[in-house]
Amino acid sequence: MEKSIDEINRRIRDGTARVVTADEMPDIVAELGEEGALKEVDVVTTGTFGAMCSSGAFLNFGHAEPPIKMERIWLNDVEAYGGIAAVDTYIGATNKSVTRMENYGGAHVIEDFISGKAIELRAQSSGSDCYPRRSITTEVRLEDLNQAIMVNPRNAYQRYDAAVNTSDDILYTYMGTLLPHSGNVTFSGAGTLNPICNDPNLRLIGSGVPILLGGAQGMVIGEGTQHSSAGNFATLMTTGDMTEMNSDFLRAAFMYRYGPTLYLGIGIPLPVLDIETVRKTAVRDEDISVSIRDYGVPSRSRPVIRPVSYAELKSGKIELNGEEVKTSSLSSYRRAKLVANTLKKWIEDGHMNLCLPTRYIDTSKQAKPMRETRKVVLVQEIMQRRVVTIKEDQDITEAAKKLLKGETNHLPVLNEQGRLTGVVTTFDVAKAVARPERKVKVQDVMTRNVITTQADEPIDIAAQKLENHRISALPVVDAQNQCIAILHASDLGKLFKPGGPRT
Amino acid sequence: MKLLVRLYNESRPIIAQVVKDTGILINVDRARSDAHEGEEALVDVPDEHCLMISERMKSLGAEVRILEEGIRHDEEECIDCGACISICPKGVFYLDDEWKLQVETKKCILCGKCIISCPHNALVLSY
Repeated sequence: MEKSIDEINRRIRDGTARVVTADEMPDIVAELGEEGALKEVDVVTTGTFGAMCSSGAFLNFGHAEPPIKMERIWLNDVEAYGGIAAVDTYIGATNKSVTRMENYGGAHVIEDFISGKAIELRAQSSGSDCYPRRSITTEVRLEDLNQAIMVNPRNAYQRYDAAVNTSDDILYTYMGTLLPHSGNVTFSGAGTLNPICNDPNLRLIGSGVPILLGGAQGMVIGEGTQHSSAGNFATLMTTGDMTEMNSDFLRAAFMYRYGPTLYLGIGIPLPVLDIETVRKTAVRDEDISVSIRDYGVPSRSRPVIRPVSYAELKSGKIELNGEEVKTSSLSSYRRAKLVANTLKKWIEDGHMNLCLPTRYIDTSKQAKPMRETRKVVLVQEIMQRRVVTIKEDQDITEAAKKLLKGETNHLPVLNEQGRLTGVVTTFDVAKAVARPERKVKVQDVMTRNVITTQADEPIDIAAQKLENHRISALPVVDAQNQCIAILHASDLGKLFKPGGPRT
Repeated sequence: MKLLVRLYNESRPIIAQVVKDTGILINVDRARSDAHEGEEALVDVPDEHCLMISERMKSLGAEVRILEEGIRHDEEECIDCGACISICPKGVFYLDDEWKLQVETKKCILCGKCIISCPHNALVLSY
């Protein structure tokens, strides 16, 4: 048996369509069987509510008098794109305010717009005969705009890898706060309710298909950026009218030390046309697997710790290396259900008709990494190979002499085997002199928990270590933990000298 | 009930003294010693003895504040994601059967870790 889209739409118009949410579907199929479910259910609604960084909106402000072609634009001091004349702009969700606290960005401008607040528009122009005006400052509300069309390049990830941190330091990432030593696991996505998880082969989701976006009736444009269907990481480009959105389904957020992002509700209704649709929409959390990746490794290819299912992640704790580790969702399952239920209501009330894609999305695509034509600057290019060191059992007076003679503030400390065991600084020595209680050897005053770098580490990662730990030097060690050089914060200045590695 | 105790009298064992004098057991949830700000302890005491213990500590030279509630949860801002759940060392947060965030403020030791971990600014310290 098969059903046509027209038949389903006729039932929606008649008010007789049977609509269920995707989380109800597994039990229905278990009870009625696949044929029974196909006969019974007409539409399955899906939903997700989480951080969708790659989002934003096209805005048109109408013309000023005298007119201006806005070239640089700020909305509440968040810069918007000025390359699409004359009074059009695109405001991106993750752009940070240039003046206000770091926790206000493009996403907050969008949320403030939809909650009816006035936004300060500031723009500059170089002026022309047709657009003589050079600058403008005004306050605008959503109702004052001609258009506010949300167009999101990458939304509704099919699924997303979970995050853990095996390093010694707490990390603040777009996957939230990651405690050191695998202290917690964070994840994103709604599992069984996730739109693409219920249509992994993209037979029903494609260009032109109606969706719920931020509370408005929107539409799928087509494949999203970084769409990687072949690896089960499909994405969608979406659009919707911002004037119909509301804060139940759209919230600005701020990830500590990452920046602003937009939390969005997205739901897609799936017409139950055939047995294949029934099978795919019967997907459970247990069936959807992702990898747990180690964000302690600052690389594009973060190591996989182990596979994990959404059922495990949603249970609140998982086992990792024999220990129980708590999990945190970054997206809201409660709101994902609200999205799916709202969509269900719209269809039951006859407010939304379904359609099949006008263009299908390529399911064989795999996202590529960036082509880089210039090599990354490594620590070895600016580190100081002449490094003054000291032994653990030497006196601090010896350390003081070496610090003075070497004109440095940091002495790497070596053990008998020549391995790095600590660092002693001028501050440590001064402290020991000020409070001379039995502290005479270097090993009594040195810092033992040393943050180090390697010669082949990219300079940006070393710079991040200096900043995060508020320190001013990193010993450079080899695989045997021998100190082969030292990188001082002041060495970073070499990067910007004429003829330096970055010029 | 939680008491926030600030100690200025160098190394006088005020908390131990109060336990010894009253025979009431006090749990130290969190303690901090800072060269500039002095010593501060967050202690948990039985509700019925809260006022008496607070007075005793004050008479021994401590500054004491009774904390009526722990972390404050702004339900308007909260979207029930659960980012705070795995950050909290005391298990204050959990999702209920309807996936709504529940907060057991009694367990809170006011460490503040969850505040920066909340993407929606929905958690604030109330003291």
